[in-house]
Amino acid sequence: MLEDQEQHRPAIGAESRGEFEDPRSDPSDSSDRSEPDRGSSPGRDAWRRLRRNRLAAFGGCALLAVAAACLVGPLLSGFGYEQQDLGLGASAPGARHWLGTDTLGRDLLVRLLSGGRISLAVGLSATVVALTIGVVFGAVAGYAGSVLDAAMMRMVDILYSLPFTVFVILLTVFFGRNIILLFVAIGAVEWLTMARIVRAEVLALKRMEFVEAARALGFSRGRILFRHILPNVVGPIIVYTTLTIPSVMLLEAFLSFLGLGVQPPMSSWGVLIKEGAASMEEYPWMLIFPGGIFSLTLFSLNFLGDGLRDAFDVRSASD
Amino acid sequence: MLRFVTSRLLQSLLALYLIVTATFFMLRFVPGGPFATEKAVPKEILRNLEAHYGLDRPLPRQYLAYLGSLVRGDLGPSFKYSTRTVNEILAEKLPVSLELGLWSLLVALLIGLSLGIVAAVRHNTWADYAATAAGTIGLSVPTFVIGPLAVLALAIHAGWFSASGWDLPSDRVLPALVLGLAYAAPISRLTRAGMLEILHQDFIRTARAKGASEARVVFKHALRGGLLPVVAYLGPATAGILTGSFVIETIFQIPGLGREFVTSAFNRDYTLVLGTVILYAALILALNLLADIAQAWMNPKVRLE
Repeated sequence: MLEDQEQHRPAIGAESRGEFEDPRSDPSDSSDRSEPDRGSSPGRDAWRRLRRNRLAAFGGCALLAVAAACLVGPLLSGFGYEQQDLGLGASAPGARHWLGTDTLGRDLLVRLLSGGRISLAVGLSATVVALTIGVVFGAVAGYAGSVLDAAMMRMVDILYSLPFTVFVILLTVFFGRNIILLFVAIGAVEWLTMARIVRAEVLALKRMEFVEAARALGFSRGRILFRHILPNVVGPIIVYTTLTIPSVMLLEAFLSFLGLGVQPPMSSWGVLIKEGAASMEEYPWMLIFPGGIFSLTLFSLNFLGDGLRDAFDVRSASD
Repeated sequence: MLRFVTSRLLQSLLALYLIVTATFFMLRFVPGGPFATEKAVPKEILRNLEAHYGLDRPLPRQYLAYLGSLVRGDLGPSFKYSTRTVNEILAEKLPVSLELGLWSLLVALLIGLSLGIVAAVRHNTWADYAATAAGTIGLSVPTFVIGPLAVLALAIHAGWFSASGWDLPSDRVLPALVLGLAYAAPISRLTRAGMLEILHQDFIRTARAKGASEARVVFKHALRGGLLPVVAYLGPATAGILTGSFVIETIFQIPGLGREFVTSAFNRDYTLVLGTVILYAALILALNLLADIAQAWMNPKVRLE
């Protein structure tokens, strides 16, 4: 009925992936199955391919190291991120302050690590917001098909063409600069690509036999969509989530750099880069360390995302 | 083709209308008005000010009046610079941002296309790996890190350029380079992927079999199809370059539209904010429209969809 119209559309990406033939191919439940099919689940295949990709492995390790340092580091340090030493002022990296201090005599290492907590937290939570909206929207549009699908995707097209950076700036200026608003605003911007990708996948999957079987068994639409179809889209979702995090973090740092994001004395990598850029002539380390660690994190996420894309053999459905 | 263009044009106009309306009402409902200052302004003065700018009228009337003057191309007076209109301010700032954007786009296309074509033609050689690695690096180091570093190295230490300003021709180099490099990376990736796909197709083998030179195969036969993804990306890329100039204009202290927008938002200069948003939206929508049309012109499949 509803899906008659989609009957003749090409199944985007599905022909390149054998794993969709197994409806139970959710990577998360493959490990506790007892059949002797070890090494043949798509999740495990992807994991093996990922480990062989040196750049992606490097990215994953670097990311873990940065995240662990940000979580644990500030607890171990003798300095607080707000703790000033005005007599000392800005000092070069040395034995006492490993990465030096800023113009107010605050320890740069601690500010870098606790700023990392905020940057990573904003990155993760905004991505969760984007992920949730994008997956639900895309899945519903793709499964419903027909008029509803056309209307929903036209809406995504229109939203795509809006100058969202401009809106996020307006929001943060007018409604005060609090972090919650920041990541809701960013998340609300970044869901569009995810919606397109999930829709394309669902569109291809819903005509497969296992969906027909589920329908023949009389399952409800919601159950078919969320229990049977979506688990098969896990690969692309993981890949694009990994690639959304760096763009979210970039947007946060961009706003903080303009003075619209995280506010001092709290620190985030964007705030530190802003402070560093302001005094780089005299104290270049204030720019180099935050800029370096931020770039390293973005690198790692991009490498990891690319590696995951190859590992799951996801073709980009967005561009 | 005509139907395609008309429907896209209508869609863009609808989007523009939605933006104008959303921004207009958002600005009216935010806490704190344009005349809310540290010092308390006497009530009579406040009332006079509001009457002067028509803020005392009912909201629907204000909205219709704004739409009416917008259609005539009049964006109203600025709230903060009492002697100037929004049109004057935008006319002064826009050319600077456009020039920066054009140079940056040129840099992005030159570097991105050549890297991408080289990577695709020399697939799986060191040239390919080098170009791809450079692309990922360019994708990961944000402009607001490269920008200050470039100023530090090339302006302050080497002394080749001035660290800020927009007076000399040489003042264009660093900002355009920094902003352009950020977009060269995705362009080179898309070019590489697009070219690789095309170069494996049958008609390319036919062209080679008929004895066409490699240069002719690449530039005459493969390029048109291989660049499709790039053309599709040009709309969003140009939009990104326009908004990316917020940061670049701040770093290099360039008197352009981006810096004016951030300042006007801080000043709560409603009419100026609204005017700038509309201008940005119109520019971006127009660019997306152009990219769509170019894509349809190059690829019949798109317009027949």
